[in-house]
Amino acid sequence: MSSYLLSRLFQTVVTLFVMSVLVFVGLYMVGNPVDVLLSPMATPAERLEIIRAFGLDRPVWEQYLVFVSNALQGDLGNSFIFNQPARHLILQRLPATLELAFTALAMGLVLGIPLGIWAGLKPDSFASKSVMAFSILGFSLPTFWIGLVMIMVFSVQLGWLPASGRGDTVDLFGVPVSFLSLDGWSHLLLPAFNLALFKISLIIRLTRAGVMEVMQLDFVRFARAKGISEKRILRVHVLKNTLIPLITVIGLELGSLIAFAVVTETIFAWPGMGKLIIDAISVLDRPVILAYLMITVVMFSVINLLVDILYSIVDPRVRFEGGSR
Amino acid sequence: MSQPIEKAASVHAGMEAAASPASSPLRRVVVSLLGDRLALIGTIVVGILVVVAVLAPVLAPQNPYDLAQLDIMDGRLAPGEQGISGMTYLLGTDDQGRDLFSAILYGLRTSILVGLASAAIALAIGTSIGLLSAYAGGRADAVLMRIVDIQLSFPAILIALIFLAILGQGVDKIIIALVVTQWAYYARTVRGSALVESKRAYTDAARSLALSDRRIIFRHILPNCVPPLIVVATMRVAYAIMLEATLSFLGIGLPVTEPSLGLLISNGFEYLLSGDYWISFFPGITLLLLIVGINLIGDALRDILNPRREG
Repeated sequence: MSSYLLSRLFQTVVTLFVMSVLVFVGLYMVGNPVDVLLSPMATPAERLEIIRAFGLDRPVWEQYLVFVSNALQGDLGNSFIFNQPARHLILQRLPATLELAFTALAMGLVLGIPLGIWAGLKPDSFASKSVMAFSILGFSLPTFWIGLVMIMVFSVQLGWLPASGRGDTVDLFGVPVSFLSLDGWSHLLLPAFNLALFKISLIIRLTRAGVMEVMQLDFVRFARAKGISEKRILRVHVLKNTLIPLITVIGLELGSLIAFAVVTETIFAWPGMGKLIIDAISVLDRPVILAYLMITVVMFSVINLLVDILYSIVDPRVRFEGGSR
Repeated sequence: MSQPIEKAASVHAGMEAAASPASSPLRRVVVSLLGDRLALIGTIVVGILVVVAVLAPVLAPQNPYDLAQLDIMDGRLAPGEQGISGMTYLLGTDDQGRDLFSAILYGLRTSILVGLASAAIALAIGTSIGLLSAYAGGRADAVLMRIVDIQLSFPAILIALIFLAILGQGVDKIIIALVVTQWAYYARTVRGSALVESKRAYTDAARSLALSDRRIIFRHILPNCVPPLIVVATMRVAYAIMLEATLSFLGIGLPVTEPSLGLLISNGFEYLLSGDYWISFFPGITLLLLIVGINLIGDALRDILNPRREG
């Protein structure tokens, strides 16, 4: 177990290193941040001063080393645009993104699993076929376009729900959250459902395939032969075995929800970190882009690790072995 | 219990088909594709869209990017309205008086081009790496597959964001970004099937004939990896088109001078709230038809080419 954790930690460090070098060198070669920092009226002397102040006159490897040693102390640099620590900017917006992602995940599970079970138990019924048709659509429709249509229908035409922002927030342990106020919910509903749609479809498909597979296995027949009620077979035998593979998927999908929140946040003007990174990319705010990546990579690695551990707890057949999973 | 029977049946069907010389594998696939109702609809839709995209310069009533042909007075006309120049705009106009129907045709062109080009390049790179990995085995294989695993544990959109942040905007740049997000899928698919195929009897037979490694790989193993590759490629093209549209919508994909469907949708976004739905809506419908069409074909191909897996 500990050797497994060590190898995972090593892998995360390598990934962080490769990503940071790639992005650092890439951004170094592309843009000259001086043009972003300076007003067009600046004199050459001011220009040189700024270049020196930010250490931009030094060779790229030296700048990288400075970045790494600062990063190890928790300092990811100051945003060129906001003139604030990049880490602070991102962590400030992280709760909004996480709230959106977790709400979407919850919607995916609450809607996806029951629909998937239903579709798996009665694969030939009309309702089950409609569920599957819905999931194919959910797979194919681009998230951003669905978001637009949702705004068009629910905000512009019907006027039921607001199209942008976070609404009233309530402080929970010092972190502002939307899901504790009615107004917050009305703002959260559309973006969360928009983000969840793809996951609902995915979870429906996976659950259905799992249920259909498990229902044919010998132990289900055996349980039936023993006279155990269908309800109990479903609840104890089928569900348990269907839900195990789902855990991995859900873990991975949480990461992708956080990444795809970029799109939903842009459409619904949700003040999360996705919106921040898009703005940072368009103005080449190097420290913010780097900080976003570092924080995201660490977050993903932690999620993946937690999923692996959870998996081994739920499914005793899985053992930690170095290398192969 | 039913699985071995199914397997036996599919092997039997395969033998039968192989026995009759008249049906080439390609023909068989096309016939079963057209026999499936949903796949037939998908093929027709995608076929029409591709033809329309190729013929865009001929079909479009206006060159939407020739500013001399645009009249700002015709801006934001509803579908079916007539402009000052006397032209009737079938799907309305955008804020600059651009005929949306023409813009969609040209946008479709860009979207399909980007999707196909990125998939083709990713296919070539991924297949090479996958074959290499399977052939080399050992440490090289382990390292390559670890890279694939790590890359696939990150969402495609994140990888694309990183590369577009570095590369900037442009058709070539978004193709590079899409290739980077996709090659790993092909590499993994090819490596998996190459390993399976290399253990089959026909590979042993080829080896016992003392054929060169190169000949065995490219003439015997690779052709047998094609069916799963086709399935992956179909799904990936649809995904690439969707991702490109998403990135362009976010304003970091294609430049305004070469608008794809995603950019058209993004242009209309600000007018959506004031009720001018058509600027975003029609390009969106077109994008949707394209992606759903390709996915329907992909779904059917998966069933045809890979009868043992489902779901």
